[in-house]
Amino acid sequence: MIRALARMAAWRLLFAVPLLFAVTMGMFALAKASPFDPVRQYLGDRALTTSPEIAERIRANWGLDRPLIEQYLTWLGNLVRGDLGDSRSLHRPVAEVIGDRLGWTLLAVGCALVLMLAGSLVAGVAAAWRRGSWLDRVITGTAYANEAAPVFWTGLLVIWLFAVKLRWLPSGGLTDAASTTVEPGDVLRHMVLPVAVLAFSQSSWLVLFVRESLIGTLREDFVIGARARGLRERTVILRHALRSALLPFITLVGARVPELVTGAILVESVFSWPGVASASVQAALSADFPLLAALTLLATLAVVAGSLLADTAYVFADPRVRVLGVS
Amino acid sequence: MATGTRARPQGQARWRARDRRRGPARSRRLATATLVVLGLAVLLVPLVARLDQSQVDLHSASLPPGLAHPFGTDEMGRDVLLRVVYGLRVSLLVGLVAAAVSATIGTLVGLAAGTLGGMADRVLMRVVDGFNSVPHLLFGIFIVALFSPGATAVVVSVGLTHWMTAARIVRSEVLTLRSRPFVDAAISAGSGRTRIVLRHFLPHLGPHIALTAVLMVPHAVWHETALSFLGLGLPPHLASLGNMINDGARSLLAGDWWPSLFPGLFLFLPTLAISSLAQHWRDRSDPRRRSELQL
Repeated sequence: MIRALARMAAWRLLFAVPLLFAVTMGMFALAKASPFDPVRQYLGDRALTTSPEIAERIRANWGLDRPLIEQYLTWLGNLVRGDLGDSRSLHRPVAEVIGDRLGWTLLAVGCALVLMLAGSLVAGVAAAWRRGSWLDRVITGTAYANEAAPVFWTGLLVIWLFAVKLRWLPSGGLTDAASTTVEPGDVLRHMVLPVAVLAFSQSSWLVLFVRESLIGTLREDFVIGARARGLRERTVILRHALRSALLPFITLVGARVPELVTGAILVESVFSWPGVASASVQAALSADFPLLAALTLLATLAVVAGSLLADTAYVFADPRVRVLGVS
Repeated sequence: MATGTRARPQGQARWRARDRRRGPARSRRLATATLVVLGLAVLLVPLVARLDQSQVDLHSASLPPGLAHPFGTDEMGRDVLLRVVYGLRVSLLVGLVAAAVSATIGTLVGLAAGTLGGMADRVLMRVVDGFNSVPHLLFGIFIVALFSPGATAVVVSVGLTHWMTAARIVRSEVLTLRSRPFVDAAISAGSGRTRIVLRHFLPHLGPHIALTAVLMVPHAVWHETALSFLGLGLPPHLASLGNMINDGARSLLAGDWWPSLFPGLFLFLPTLAISSLAQHWRDRSDPRRRSELQL
């Protein structure tokens, strides 16, 4: 089985390499087609007073006067060697910016993911179990409404309620504005709202999926059989129906990474969370190509890794695949 | 469908009884009413409004909702109700154009993949997979950031990130059409590939494409709003829903909830209405779901 798994992973990576290659090529082409002049942007106000010769020299220094193909290959070569370049807006190496911020994003997104999975499992099972009841109607209604509500708007309403009106929790940031150190308790208090909003905004499809899938499974023969054997309702639903209903769900969670990235961008921006996702917005606002390119590539990697992880988990979760191998 | 109490044979009436449960019918009517009211507002209000939506009146800045201003005023003293209607108009216009652009790109790619088949199909579908691997909003941000911001950049960014669904739908429809007898007949009668695509495929694809495009409008509006909210969309002086939510966020910490609540509500309600109608339509057209509704 390990060999089959390795073969699948190798296949996926084989697809990932040309994909990442294509993404770099697309980004480079877009950057070259853009009307922004990096030298002028670098100089800022000084562009008006800098003599054209000096501007030319910077251009030559950066290799912007060489043929496009050569520029691309140099950039790609640096990228492969781990040199992501310097962020033009933050005036620091891109690798350093990402290193500083990635941890915070992983912390927030990781907690949100756990909360979302746990919450939607409970809500979805409850809705399917009491199908047609007021509880079911409340849960599905909330899920549909949540699907239609833009996450940044939900985030703002939550800030208004919990930070402005009730004053229970801080409205944003990583720590209190006055504090100079990063205390775990302080970070935890600042994390509650963004994590909860991200988890809630991502949960609606999952709740609806668990509900639909479980309702479908409850009609299957093995569930009827389990009931006929006189098993308790709780055992039938949790041990028999839910286990089978959750199989497709593993793949789906892996396929939702793009939406998770989108949610993270918006939530981090609303709550001024200093992660990589909000950095992409700051990079975009100042047309900071090196940082934006690195972050886009990182997000693409996350998507590929997400689906690979999901497929691997599926192999372990589904006994049919585990025994018969990956087809 | 009519929902009156027309006399019908006993058996059929019972068969239909559950399908006509009051809940779904009511929510359907509510959704339609919401869309009609908002549509009329967007079309008519700019014609009859006596106030100017961009008029700054600092004497009546940040007024809570009241009789003179039902949705209150923002920190510049502009009427939020009027601006929200204008904002919906702008966002809807951008959304419609963007949805049309992405449906067109998707149709062309799907037609090419489905008609040419073989290697071209495989390559095009891998391209679709590739585009799907880059998170849409991030890709949109990337495009907008590198081109001068404005409506065109937003339309291009939404168009380039949303065509994949349309391409998949069109391709799968073409694949089923290909095996239909009338296509064989057309080929035997000597029609070329172009003629088959134009005369036989496109008319069949029309309804599918139209439905995909309509369902894409809320996505496109959402995308525009998100970009504008991040400060990367339409120019800030223009009343668009995203710009208004962004403006409202600033006065939110002072406790003014209305400048951010209402623009969001005007995005939320039509999206909910369209998705509930689409859900209903899907339930009706899927025989398995339909039988479930009736039982």
